[in-house]
Amino acid sequence: MSETVISVRNLTKRFGDFTAVNNISFDVYRGEIFGFLGANGAGKTTAMRMLCGLSYPTSGSGTVAGFNVMREGEMIKRHIGYMSQRFSLYNTLTVGEKIKLFAGIYGLSKQVTAKRSEELLARLKFSSERDTLVKALPLGWKQKLAFAFAGIHRPEIIFLDEPTGGVDPVTRRQFWEMIYEAAEGGTTIFVTTHYMDEPEYCSRVSIIVDGEVRALDTPTRLKQQFNAVSMDEVFRMLARDAQRGE
Amino acid sequence: MRPFIVLLNKEFIKLRRDSFLPKLIVILPIALMLIAPLLVRMDVRNVNVTVVDLDHSTTSHRIVSHIKASEYLSLVGSTAEFDLAMKGLEEGTIDIIVQIPDHFERDMAVSTPEKISIIANAVNDVKGSMGTQYVVQTIAHALVEFGNEKSPNQLSEVVTVQNRYNPTLNYPHYMIPALMIIIFILVCGFLPALSIVEEKEVGTIEQINVSPVNRFDFTLSKLIPYWVIGFFTLIVAMVIAHFVYGLIPAGSVWVIFLGTTLFILTISGFSLTMANFSSTMQQIMFVMFFFIMIFILMNGLLTPIDSMPDWAQTFTLLLPPRYFTDILRSVYLRGTTIAELWQEFVALGSFAIIFNILAAVTYKKQA
Repeated sequence: MSETVISVRNLTKRFGDFTAVNNISFDVYRGEIFGFLGANGAGKTTAMRMLCGLSYPTSGSGTVAGFNVMREGEMIKRHIGYMSQRFSLYNTLTVGEKIKLFAGIYGLSKQVTAKRSEELLARLKFSSERDTLVKALPLGWKQKLAFAFAGIHRPEIIFLDEPTGGVDPVTRRQFWEMIYEAAEGGTTIFVTTHYMDEPEYCSRVSIIVDGEVRALDTPTRLKQQFNAVSMDEVFRMLARDAQRGE
Repeated sequence: MRPFIVLLNKEFIKLRRDSFLPKLIVILPIALMLIAPLLVRMDVRNVNVTVVDLDHSTTSHRIVSHIKASEYLSLVGSTAEFDLAMKGLEEGTIDIIVQIPDHFERDMAVSTPEKISIIANAVNDVKGSMGTQYVVQTIAHALVEFGNEKSPNQLSEVVTVQNRYNPTLNYPHYMIPALMIIIFILVCGFLPALSIVEEKEVGTIEQINVSPVNRFDFTLSKLIPYWVIGFFTLIVAMVIAHFVYGLIPAGSVWVIFLGTTLFILTISGFSLTMANFSSTMQQIMFVMFFFIMIFILMNGLLTPIDSMPDWAQTFTLLLPPRYFTDILRSVYLRGTTIAELWQEFVALGSFAIIFNILAAVTYKKQA
C-alpha cells in the first residue's frame, strides 16, 4: 500500500462566487477502497468530476493514474472507469449490445470483447440475459451491470458516485462483494456514498464538509479519534456544523 | 475506428427500436408531400370576371371569348354599363371588371389606344392580384393572337406579364422544392439536436464524456443516421413529385444531390451547435423552433425574397437555407446548371464548414 495512484494538492473549484470544493489535498494508494463521504451538496461529486477529467479545477494540482488533471483529462479517461448514480444505461440496447458498446468505446478488439463478455456474464450469472433489453432489468441488476461495464477495460481506478442509491440491502451487499473482488485484483476503488454502513467497508475514509476535507483515516482510527461507536456517529459530529443545507 | 463503429451501430439500434421515430421518418415526407401542396395553394380558380365592352369590335369579342375559355376565370356576363358591373363588384358577385374602351380596336391599329382598365376586388388580396394577373395574361394572349394576324410590332404596349418556367403559376410545382427543404430542416436539423439533448437529460452522455471517445467520432455517429434518413426522404419526395405532381427536375439530379448534401451538412452542424448550448429538451425545442420559424418565413420558401423590405433581403443572406432554396428551385423548375449557381454553392459550402467546426469546438467533454 505505498504506490500512489491519485495525488491531489489544494484542489479548488469555484462556480462564480460559490466555492464548491475548497483546497482539498489527499493521496490514494493502489488497491485501496477509498471512501468519500459527505452530505448532499458537500462537494463530493464536483471533486470526483475533477478527478475524472469531466471538470477543470479552478486552482490546485493533482494527478490521476500518473496524468495531470489540468491538462491530461483525455489520458486519464483511458485509465479509469466511472459509474454514477445519474448514469442511465442506454435503455434500448440489450445486455450483449451494451457490452460491445462499452468495450468498443475503449478500443478493445472484437476477440477481447467476446472473451470479456463471456467472463462478465458468467461472473454476474447473467448469461441467460444476454438478449434482454437493459430497461427490462430490475434496478439492482442494472447497477451491478453498470459496475461491470466500468471495469470492462481493466482500468487502474474505478470511480463510483453513490453507486448503491435506491438499491435493496441484499443487492447492496452483492455490490460490495463485487467491489472487494475488484480491489483484490489490484484495482483502486474511489467511492462516494451517504449510506453510513458502507464506510465501514472502506480501507480509508475521507469526510468532506462544505467543500473541505475534515477527516481522513481508516474507519477504525476515525472512530477512536472521535470516540464514536460507528462511522455514522463520526459523520454526524463532523457534519453538525455544516453551513450548506440540503 | 472501433469506437466510431460501435457508436454508429448503437445509434442505428436505438433508432430501430424507437417506437415513434421510424414511423415519423416514413410518414412525415409522404404526408407533407401529398397533402400540403393541395392545401397551401396560392393559385386561384373561379375568378368571376365581367367585361364592360364599350368597343364591340372583333378584338373585344376575342378577349371575351378568351376569358370565357380560361380554366381559372369564369365570365359572369358582359354589359355595356360600367355602373352595373361596379354594383356586382360591391356585392361580391364579381371579382374583376375588365373595361374595354370605345374605339379600342380602331385606335390600336393606328396608334396607342386608350388602355384597357382592370378593376379588381382586392379584399382577398391573393385572389385579387392573382386574378388580375390571369386576366392580363389572357388579354395578352388574345391580343398576341390577334396581332400576329395583323401588325405584331404594336404589341409590346400590352404584353407585360409573362410567367416563365412555371407558366400557369402551378403552385404545387413552386411548393414542392420548398416542402423538401422543410422536411430536411425537420429531419436533419431538429432530430439530431433532440437526440443529443436527450442524452444530456437522461445522463447517458456522461458515459461518453468520461470515456476516451473522440468528440468527432461521437458527433459523426450522431449525424450519419440522419444524413442517411435525409437522403431517403429526398428520394421519397422526388418520387412523389414525379408520380403525383408530374414534376421532374429540369436540371441535373446530381446537382440536386450535391446541393442536398451541403444543405444537410449545414443544417445538422447548426443543430448540433445549438444542442451543445442547451441542457434541456424545452430549451432546444424552443431554440430550434425559433430558428426554424425564421428559416421558413425568410428563405423565400413561401414568400418571394424579392418582395421583402430591403433590410430583410440583406438579412436573408445570412440564412443558409436561402441558398438551398435558390438551388433546388432553379434546378428543379428551370434546369439551371451548377456553373450558373456557383455562388450559391460556395455560400452553402462555407456555411457547412463553419457550422460543423462550431459544432465540434463547442462540444466540451470537460467543462
